[in-house]
Amino acid sequence: MQFAVLMGFVLAALAPLMHRWFADRTSWVLALFPALIAGWLFSQAPTIIEEGSLLLEWQWVPSLGISLTFLLDGLSLLFGLLITVIGACVFIYAGGYLKGHPDIARFHIALMAFMVSMLGLVLADGLVTLFIFWELTSITSYLLIGFNHADLQARKSARQGLFVTFAGGLALMAGLVLLGVASDSWSLSDIRAMETDLRDHALYTPMLICLLLGAFTKSAQFPFHFWLPNAMAAPTPVSAYLHSATMVKAGIYLLARLQPELGGTALWVGILSLVGGTTLLVGAFLAIHHTNVKKLLAYSTIMALGTLTMLLGIGTEYAMTAFVTFLLAHSLYKGALFMVAGNLDHETGTKDVTAMGGLRPLMPVTAMIALVAALSLAGVPPMFGFIAKELQFEAVLGAEGYRGLLVPFVFISAVLTIAVAAIIALRPFYGTRRQTPKVPHEAPFSMLIGPGLLSVGSVVFGIAPAMFGADALLTSAASAVAGQPVEITLSLWYGVNLALIMSVVSLGLGFLLFKYWDNVRARLSLLAPIMRHGPEAGYEHLLNGVVQFSEWQTRILQNGYMRNYILVMLVVLIALIGNSILVRHSPLIAFDLDVRFHEIIVVGTMTMSALFATITRSRLGAVASVGIMGFSIALVFILFSAPDLGITQLLVETLTVILLVLVLFRLPRFSHLSTNLERIRDGSVAAMMGILMFLLIMTAWSIDQFESISTYMVENSAPLAHGRNIVNVILVDYRALDTLGEMFVLALAAIGVIAMLKLRHEPESPKTAAEGSKTDTKEPYDG
Amino acid sequence: MVKSGTIILNTAARFLMPLQLMFSVFLLLRGHDEPGGGFIAGLVAAGAFTLYLLAFGVSATKEVLRMVDPRDLIGVGLLLGMISVLPSWFMGQPFLTAQWWTIPVVEFKASTPLIFDIGVYLAVLGSVVGMVMALMEVDKDEP
Repeated sequence: MQFAVLMGFVLAALAPLMHRWFADRTSWVLALFPALIAGWLFSQAPTIIEEGSLLLEWQWVPSLGISLTFLLDGLSLLFGLLITVIGACVFIYAGGYLKGHPDIARFHIALMAFMVSMLGLVLADGLVTLFIFWELTSITSYLLIGFNHADLQARKSARQGLFVTFAGGLALMAGLVLLGVASDSWSLSDIRAMETDLRDHALYTPMLICLLLGAFTKSAQFPFHFWLPNAMAAPTPVSAYLHSATMVKAGIYLLARLQPELGGTALWVGILSLVGGTTLLVGAFLAIHHTNVKKLLAYSTIMALGTLTMLLGIGTEYAMTAFVTFLLAHSLYKGALFMVAGNLDHETGTKDVTAMGGLRPLMPVTAMIALVAALSLAGVPPMFGFIAKELQFEAVLGAEGYRGLLVPFVFISAVLTIAVAAIIALRPFYGTRRQTPKVPHEAPFSMLIGPGLLSVGSVVFGIAPAMFGADALLTSAASAVAGQPVEITLSLWYGVNLALIMSVVSLGLGFLLFKYWDNVRARLSLLAPIMRHGPEAGYEHLLNGVVQFSEWQTRILQNGYMRNYILVMLVVLIALIGNSILVRHSPLIAFDLDVRFHEIIVVGTMTMSALFATITRSRLGAVASVGIMGFSIALVFILFSAPDLGITQLLVETLTVILLVLVLFRLPRFSHLSTNLERIRDGSVAAMMGILMFLLIMTAWSIDQFESISTYMVENSAPLAHGRNIVNVILVDYRALDTLGEMFVLALAAIGVIAMLKLRHEPESPKTAAEGSKTDTKEPYDG
Repeated sequence: MVKSGTIILNTAARFLMPLQLMFSVFLLLRGHDEPGGGFIAGLVAAGAFTLYLLAFGVSATKEVLRMVDPRDLIGVGLLLGMISVLPSWFMGQPFLTAQWWTIPVVEFKASTPLIFDIGVYLAVLGSVVGMVMALMEVDKDEP
């Protein structure tokens, strides 16, 4: 399995090549990959249902305990199947939707990378692995939302999604670290097997809040929901995949994964129930404002995500059953509906449902798919959505806390959802025929098979929940979420009870709302001035604030003057070193007056040349005196019998002087720019720095904190490292990794210098300018 | 601004450069046991080219270097540094563990630290010569 996930990244890289070989059929070939993984996962299902979970270990750095371990249980199996099956559908669909698009290869790269990241996320056993895949989904989804990168709105939305999910990602990282510290384990399976209860741990509250922040931002819970509707700037296949079936459910997955260990406390129940309840109401309420079919679906997705969170918060056995059932049902119908929306948009050229009408004779298959999926969304028997809705009502009616609040929330949002379902299934396809920007006709086969398959799923699982072992799989998933075996039977008919009555009443009210939708929308538009002050406005304010702050601090700290940088660095150094040397340790000065005459001469030369360099008005003189100082240092090295260092110092000094002389001619005439006050300030900073360094060296010299390792190096350099020159042995053997790093630093510095010098002096001839613009417009992935 | 040198500098550079380069190779190879090593040797070689640059200018030095661009030397140096990592990896030992082989006929000690040192040599040489050359080319472009 690990191999399959890593293979996916390789495939993503190969996608442009595959376009050369398979041209338009590439998406079919790529769809084989998720289909194969789905097949494998499906073959594991009986084992999982029998045994509960399966641990796939792959040792990576055993000495450090680093491994890539995947945990396969009911929950991750359900998610894995959703990701791969819907992934295969989306690949095929995207091939039709983006046919002929010049950047389709780039799209396939990002989509494939996203799919395997998502798969890694739901399979990961290690907390760190989980986090890495989590962030990978954020990055790849950024690339997918911003796919139409020439469009300002798409870029802005992509960035918004990235910022919100990354901010949550930071919180998640903190939460996972706290979880790792609290449980003293970095693996989910170990945490599950642990005896101690994390709920009693002192870190429980901060840990839970951090984890919830991560999950809520990813899964677009109120008040972080605003990025999801904006993410509809993505091409429709992306919306169908990321923003309904997979990525936005990552947060939900995390909550479900941690529910057995962290769930059930008053804090958990309170936050999840209230946030989930608010989100579902807000999502359903905002949905009916919009006439853009994708926005409608986006808000309805927010409502679904709120429902899932709320069910996890309720935490009863019924709620767990409702959770997994609703999860599956929602993925099936919402994926199909998004693809229907894509078909409408693709064939008519508009996304506005009020601008469409009477399309059924022209697009019969799409209309059929839309009807089936919408019936499931509305929760009409015999669709799978009906079962999910019945269970959801049951779970809310049986909630232990906040029932009085949640029941009306759920009921109102059910009414609104039914209206949304009716709008999507009926409005574009029935009624009078309207003129659309494009002349509509039925979508190609590749754009029908995916949504068709998903709608068939909605019907089949509704009529026969035991088909393909779906109910056993759901039971296994529900047990994984509950942390204990859950017995469920799914069926269409539970008898006449309160839930059924709620369903019937909501259906009637929802249909009424659909009838008068145009009037309702006109009334609701009066609320627009209030809506403008939503959480999104807060996000904008925060973003502007960050930009202003960074502009301000760049102006202060990085104003481009070398003297300023040096001043800031030295002051900080003085503060830090001074603090530790004067306050924390007392400076120790033990003078040892065993000084030779030639040593005094060398040090005297150094001091004189340093003084001369600072006061001279001649630049060449300053360079020369700095050179003298360097050579004197080389002399010191040689006096203390370190020939290697001496040679190096000499050579570096020589080359430095040459480089300085080459640069020197380019400087403007020497002049005094600073006032006397500034010179006094600079002088005192320099003096303080000098005194501090002196104190530091003297103190360091007289304290023996650690045993010196040089004896080890001296003793072992010949027998172990086969070299008698210890300096060289340190460089290329003992500390070879450091040297390797320094080589890269040197290379980067050299490339930087060369690039700066060359770029400034590259003549801007019209020929190169023309070539430049040509390479700009050329598509990088045209294969 | 930097004019090509006088006759004394020219003559000296022409004879000194090969000597310096040979000396740098000598320093490089003996560096593991005696004072020397890749870094020092690289600086000496860079000094040789810098002297030649000062004496004869950029275009003449480029002719001496033929097809070799100093920037490529940086890349080759880094590549050698990375390559020297591979044998220990292949042997299943920790990262950067030194490997030693003796070449039979000439009794020469070949080792991954030596390959690494050659990488250091080339990276240092390429970096310094590249920078000096770029600086001198700026002078050339100026009117």
